[in-house]
Amino acid sequence: MAITLDPSENESASKDSKKKHGRRQGMPELIFGDLWEYDPAPETADPRIRQRYDLFIGGRFIAPQSGEYFTSINPATEQPVTEIALANSADVDSAYMAAQLAYETVWRDMPGRERGKYIYRIARLLQDRAREFAVAESIDGGKPIRESRDFDVPMAAAHFFYHAGWADKLAYVAPGRTVEPIGVVGQVIPWNFPLLMLAWKIAPALAAGNCVVIKPAETTSATAMKFAELLQEAELPDGVVNIVTGAGETGAALTGHPAARKIAFTGSTEVGKLIMRQLAERGTRMTMELGGKAANVVFEDSPIDQAVEGVVNGIFFNQGHVCCAGSRLLIQESIADSFVHKLQQRMASLRVGDPLDKNTDIGAINSREQLDKICNLVESGVAEGAKLYQPACSLPSRGFFFRPTLFTEVTQSHRIAREEIFGPVLSILTFRTMDEAIEKANNTMYGLSAGVWTDKGSRILRMAAELKAGVVWANTFNKFDPSSPFGGYKESGFGREGGRQGLLDYLELS
Amino acid sequence: MTKHSIADDFGAVDRVGIEERVAKFTTRSIKRKSKLWGLHTAVSMVDLTTLEGKDTPGKVASLCQKARQPSDDATIPPVAAVCIYPSLIKEARKHLADSPIKIASVATAFPSGQSSLKVRLQEVKYAVNAGADEIDMVINRGLFLSGEYDAVQDEIAAVVEACGDATLKVILEVSELESYDNVRAASFIAMQVLRAGDFIKTSTGKAGGSATLANTQVMLEAIRDFYLDTGTPIGMKPAGGIRTAKQALHYLVAVKETLGDAWLNSSRYRFGASSLLNDLLRQIHKEKHGAYQAPYYFSEAAESY
Repeated sequence: MAITLDPSENESASKDSKKKHGRRQGMPELIFGDLWEYDPAPETADPRIRQRYDLFIGGRFIAPQSGEYFTSINPATEQPVTEIALANSADVDSAYMAAQLAYETVWRDMPGRERGKYIYRIARLLQDRAREFAVAESIDGGKPIRESRDFDVPMAAAHFFYHAGWADKLAYVAPGRTVEPIGVVGQVIPWNFPLLMLAWKIAPALAAGNCVVIKPAETTSATAMKFAELLQEAELPDGVVNIVTGAGETGAALTGHPAARKIAFTGSTEVGKLIMRQLAERGTRMTMELGGKAANVVFEDSPIDQAVEGVVNGIFFNQGHVCCAGSRLLIQESIADSFVHKLQQRMASLRVGDPLDKNTDIGAINSREQLDKICNLVESGVAEGAKLYQPACSLPSRGFFFRPTLFTEVTQSHRIAREEIFGPVLSILTFRTMDEAIEKANNTMYGLSAGVWTDKGSRILRMAAELKAGVVWANTFNKFDPSSPFGGYKESGFGREGGRQGLLDYLELS
Repeated sequence: MTKHSIADDFGAVDRVGIEERVAKFTTRSIKRKSKLWGLHTAVSMVDLTTLEGKDTPGKVASLCQKARQPSDDATIPPVAAVCIYPSLIKEARKHLADSPIKIASVATAFPSGQSSLKVRLQEVKYAVNAGADEIDMVINRGLFLSGEYDAVQDEIAAVVEACGDATLKVILEVSELESYDNVRAASFIAMQVLRAGDFIKTSTGKAGGSATLANTQVMLEAIRDFYLDTGTPIGMKPAGGIRTAKQALHYLVAVKETLGDAWLNSSRYRFGASSLLNDLLRQIHKEKHGAYQAPYYFSEAAESY
């Protein structure tokens, strides 16, 4: 795409700049060449994706009333994967009616231990079909099979297991209070972790006794529809979970529906604000998990190689399509040059390419739209004077791909330091003192996550207290667990998902 | 030297982080041509080892024969070296005189190192005079753990001198160093007095623990940092506990992705192993012919650690 600067060119362009990050003249370099190339190792399990998916309403697959379908493509090949039904407001309405009926007649009054059995069954079925779901997720969304296989699908199953355990223990979730389900919940999820976000939303809702109308993102609906098949297999009562597919208009119909007692949204801050406006005059409860621009703060005494690994994991995991991605790196000035050099060296062995290859580290960008957005922001970074570095890895000739990228000489006012890029692009800033690090880390409209790297425990504790972020990781990054609440400060949203706190957001307390 | 955390001098290693990193190496899927290349390369890196009190000239003769021609398949390279006790060097020399295979001898009161420096140096000289091409020494863990880092380094420097032209491999005995911070520090303490082409090595194979992907990775990263700082390339030898071809491929993946192509050869990387060799041969046969052979089709010449 637009940004394909040859790294060597970029280096020579900077020869006269007196302070150079990374490559040092005349110093030894390592060779990451092709002496031992890994042969292609494609995952070949059958994803069992149907040619066309209807809406899942009231426990059945139902054609959309408009009769319209749209094509979901594989971002790594630009080839069609499946056709997805386009739901209009009438479809959304019948989904809510089905949910309301199921809530009033079955789910609300079912004993928790019975509800728990269904949720356990969903978790086990998901485990049984883990490989199939992983392949489908990689084909439809572009993420490397290594991640869908080792992270997305097992973590999705873990969320169902965790919440299944809560279903019969709700009396103990808020000691001294009485809890009840909220009712029918409308949920809208993003395209970066399609199945996992679905699990984050559905599992606590079901455990708490709510019924669900959920809309997956329009580019990544395939695994949600496969999940609907799995719900049939689990014999979940009809209407407890309803899945409607479509784009923004469908989403607006879903979030604006009067039967929704709560709206749970994960996605961009921009859309989150629209929903909040839409619901401003009603009593609908909301939880919002929105954008982020996380700071990963590396002190000079940190375990350097593990910090490099954590920074790489923090920004290149899932092509950087992660709301809590560590997209701003703050390095202590004393180690900045050597750290950047190590980072560049590490990037040389990242493998970009076919998401289904088991050795791929970075897969395809989810959509052309997203790729354009990344290119646009990267161009702004270059135009505003930041220094770009990309390793010389080859990219497939088709599909939406973007090289892992870092920017040095970034200041707080650069667009690439302020706006969420949602791609494999890291902006590097430096600091001298802990106070400066805190100030810079908090100088953002977002506050979803942050990372601290240091060998000193007291420093971790102070940073964790001072950083205005919902999650602060110390000497690690992008770690998730169903029992650990996740959510943001400021424009990163409100409400928590996971753990006791996340469950409370699906319950009425009295 | 003042007593302070050794991590202050050479950098810290986070246990959780390094173990997560190496777990990723084991998810690399090495197939077909790349697998065959990896297996062949691993064969060429083996230091075929026997280090037992019951070793006899006959066993060493059979070890040397196995080293020269690991199997009937003529495309399979000889191993890098045989690794034996000093008293058997002359015997090995007889059988390897006209071959490229190196004779490596352990020395310095292997495996404990618990003797006077004078005796240990004499042993090194004895081994070199007897015809050893390479010396595998052990560091003084007692001195290291009591914080006498300068003294540890001085001893290694003395051994380097005693080696003359022989290549030196410094065994850190990582399982006795207690922490990854110490493994990293000991790597640097050794490398600072080594010559280009010398090695650092994980283990004797005689203590409780031996090479793991994680402790090997700590040492690979130390080698990388030292090379980038000084330009002096130091080799790496994990030893003990590497028994299967699959493990060996994981170790090589770590080399490829940490130190790069220049370390993917026997002058910079070795496996201290014996039973590994036959598993490599077995896997090579399977890759070429599509079926596994029973273990008894492969000659057994070294079943020690």
